[in-house]
Amino acid sequence: MNSIIEYFTDLFKGLSSLWAGMRVTGKYFISPGAIVTQQYPENRKTLKMEDRFKGEIIMPHDENNQHACTGCGICEMNCPNGSIEIITDRVPNAEGKLERVIDKHIYHLSMCTFCGLCVKTCPSNALAFGQKFEHAVFDRSKLTKVLNQPGSSLKKEAKK
Amino acid sequence: MSSNLYDFSTLTGSIHAALSGMMSSGWVVFTELVLIGLLFLLFYALLGLFLVYLERKVCAIIQNRVGPNRVGKWGLLQTIADLIKLLLKELIPIRKADPILFNLAPFIVILASFMAMAALPFAKGLQAVDFNIGVFYVMAVSSLGVVGILLAGWSSNSKYSLIGAIRSGAQIVSYELSVGLSILAIVVFSGTMQLSGIVESQADGWWLFKGHIPALIAFVIFLIASTAEINRGPFDLAEAESELTAGFHTEYSGIKFAFFFLAEYINMFIVAAIGATVFLGGWMPFHIGNWEGFNHIMNYIPSIVWFFLKTFFIVYLIMWFKWTFPRLRIDQLLTLEWKYLLPISLVNIVFIAFIVLMGWHF
Amino acid sequence: MSEEIIKDVMVGENEDYIINMGPQHPSTHGVLRLEVCLKGETVKYLIPHIGYIHRGIEKMCEADTYQQLIHLTDRMDYLSAHMNNEAVCLCVEDALQVEIPERVKYIRTILDELNRIASHQLWWCAFGMDLGALTSFFYGLRDREHILDIFEESFGSRLLHSFVMPGGLMHDVHPNFQKRTKEFIKYFRKKLPEYDQLLTGNIIFQNRAKGIGYMSRETAIGYGVTGPSGRGSNFACDVRKIAPYGAYDKVQFNEILGTGCDTFARYQVRMAEMWESMNIIEQLIDNIPEGDYTAKMKPIIKLPAGEYFRRVETARGELAVYVVSDGNKTPYRMKFRTPNFSNLFVLNTLASGHKIADLIAISGSLDLVIPDIDR
Repeated sequence: MNSIIEYFTDLFKGLSSLWAGMRVTGKYFISPGAIVTQQYPENRKTLKMEDRFKGEIIMPHDENNQHACTGCGICEMNCPNGSIEIITDRVPNAEGKLERVIDKHIYHLSMCTFCGLCVKTCPSNALAFGQKFEHAVFDRSKLTKVLNQPGSSLKKEAKK
Repeated sequence: MSSNLYDFSTLTGSIHAALSGMMSSGWVVFTELVLIGLLFLLFYALLGLFLVYLERKVCAIIQNRVGPNRVGKWGLLQTIADLIKLLLKELIPIRKADPILFNLAPFIVILASFMAMAALPFAKGLQAVDFNIGVFYVMAVSSLGVVGILLAGWSSNSKYSLIGAIRSGAQIVSYELSVGLSILAIVVFSGTMQLSGIVESQADGWWLFKGHIPALIAFVIFLIASTAEINRGPFDLAEAESELTAGFHTEYSGIKFAFFFLAEYINMFIVAAIGATVFLGGWMPFHIGNWEGFNHIMNYIPSIVWFFLKTFFIVYLIMWFKWTFPRLRIDQLLTLEWKYLLPISLVNIVFIAFIVLMGWHF
Repeated sequence: MSEEIIKDVMVGENEDYIINMGPQHPSTHGVLRLEVCLKGETVKYLIPHIGYIHRGIEKMCEADTYQQLIHLTDRMDYLSAHMNNEAVCLCVEDALQVEIPERVKYIRTILDELNRIASHQLWWCAFGMDLGALTSFFYGLRDREHILDIFEESFGSRLLHSFVMPGGLMHDVHPNFQKRTKEFIKYFRKKLPEYDQLLTGNIIFQNRAKGIGYMSRETAIGYGVTGPSGRGSNFACDVRKIAPYGAYDKVQFNEILGTGCDTFARYQVRMAEMWESMNIIEQLIDNIPEGDYTAKMKPIIKLPAGEYFRRVETARGELAVYVVSDGNKTPYRMKFRTPNFSNLFVLNTLASGHKIADLIAISGSLDLVIPDIDR
């Protein structure tokens, strides 16, 4: 007799546990407000990434097309993957001395792991993280970027 | 009390009369067969596409997602796009597969579901063949599908497929019993195996309500066992994508895969339709006792709408199961059938016979 | 020709039914290949083949400075990236004997626990999916998203955030960090019982998980199975208790021990750990001391010649870091003792004699992350 009672209590416990699960899914079925999916390409206008989001590495330029990079090469040295290459040039300044300026600050996005060491170690805060994240391109060479804009120069006040 | 509105037999009768006026009786039968066949093919394809869409939407909402929403309004054309993709896909020939059986299997599966559809009473007077042993016919034909699944698993010459097929064989053979017994419960109540007769017997109330608790038990068993029989929900061991990648149809591609896929959804519709017909009164409107006004309003809703409402309610239940429960293991699956469902339905049928003998049902 | 190749691949006797589970299989969670020998549906034995995602992280570390190699450790157990980073940092800090600020310790501990919850959530989704309950996958990911958003706000990345540096942190946490963490805990305390309703209490789930994959305490110790998998077998191996690091010595928490030794015990330990992690965070989040986010460190770290060893508790067990330094700015040899490597090889013992479906459940309950095994 006990085994029969056990048989039926097992059965009803089992059924009620199934019903508990169905209540959860049923609750979400009748409350479509719980949908969490973001409509990504449509919400491009309103989509705002966090300020610290590591999308890519950029070199901020001010309105005079000037940046803060002195071409010291610390970011290149600190990068674990060799995604930064700096090509410097020496040009004479007003006093006639040869001065180091960057010719090209090359950034290989394809090799970058976004560890953030270049941004952290830059002594003149010339680098920053950009929020752009749509990096898909059809040609790998397009992932190699030159960060300093053409014709840009060094911010004078950055040089102490 | 049954509604005489929207009787499809006048429509079908007039078509028959018109055809009889044009040709001899043999040709009339032939033309009607072709017409019905074409109608069913169209219905089959559209229904399959809609059910796939419905399943994707239901599971998406349950899972806090949006579901298909890119192709067409609310993604309604998504499944058509999928179908076109499947039609255009390459049919990959499997080396060392048995070519005849490998190609035959999807057709057997789809044929079984197609044949079962013939006996469904869609609405008053809308039934292709009204067998006097309709219940028996549907049961017999729908279990043919397992032959196709077994063939698919065997002929693919793939280890995962074989395991899936063997599982499916064991599963369907066992669960066939419970499905049969639970339908038999209603056959005992109504005293007929003719599907239209079963529907007629529910004119004053559905068997789910008229048959007291035993009918309710039979309905629950039917839901569980039929879910298992169509390889769905928590009983999808034959496919078990986390264990066997895709089970018996691992090696199929393109339209041959689409056949399996379509047959699965149509089978779901068929068991839901049988459940609705047998337990929920088929195309009979919902009536409450002596509420004449209410019953009259209900009569104005066409019978075909009632049929599809009830069927899709059961389809939703089956989907709800699938998207809630984890999958059973093969031995637990068989334990459930042989230790719980089968004894309960056997005892249940004895009870029902007693109730019918004493005339206690309404 | 092909017949011969097939014969070579089959290692068992002739009547054995050998299937290759993986490297591409939905439930091996990555590129793990299990050579499974079946008798009917029952697993006779299985041989794990690893190395499909071997990247040579240990060797690569030898070419990097101590700041640079942090970002490689992220990529071992990517679901507990923060703990991996911390292990290396603790080792370096030990060697240099720098005193790190209290604030750093608190923040590191909170992040550890947040990361542990996120990892356990993902495990829960994947475990449910292995057992065929696909809906659990989406519920778990939905709640995990809240933690990842907190991470994104503070570190800028969601999964692989090389946020911990030798000596402290990369930068300070976001001003919203405390508020959002508290909001998350409030939210998740409501959602976690739902997990229990959906899966834990479910009769099908219980039958699938109970009594499956019995791992005795001796087996666990013998194979070195640590973390929640080991604690499910009543093996008290929590490094947070044995050798507290960070702020773990300042909080009250229980080491969750299961006595069932089966898949369900391991499941329950992880579920209970989520509650416990929330308790730890709640004790710390309001008491983060003010101060610097990093200790004064030289730009180029050179460890004194010698051997250094530190271990931490990741979401999957004990991660140990062993550094041999010859006084240069790069390590001479770096060795990681990763938890998943030990946890994987107990699989044969646990799964032999069970059904294929149980094999999936057992490997799911061990919570394997394949890149952590291969390194």
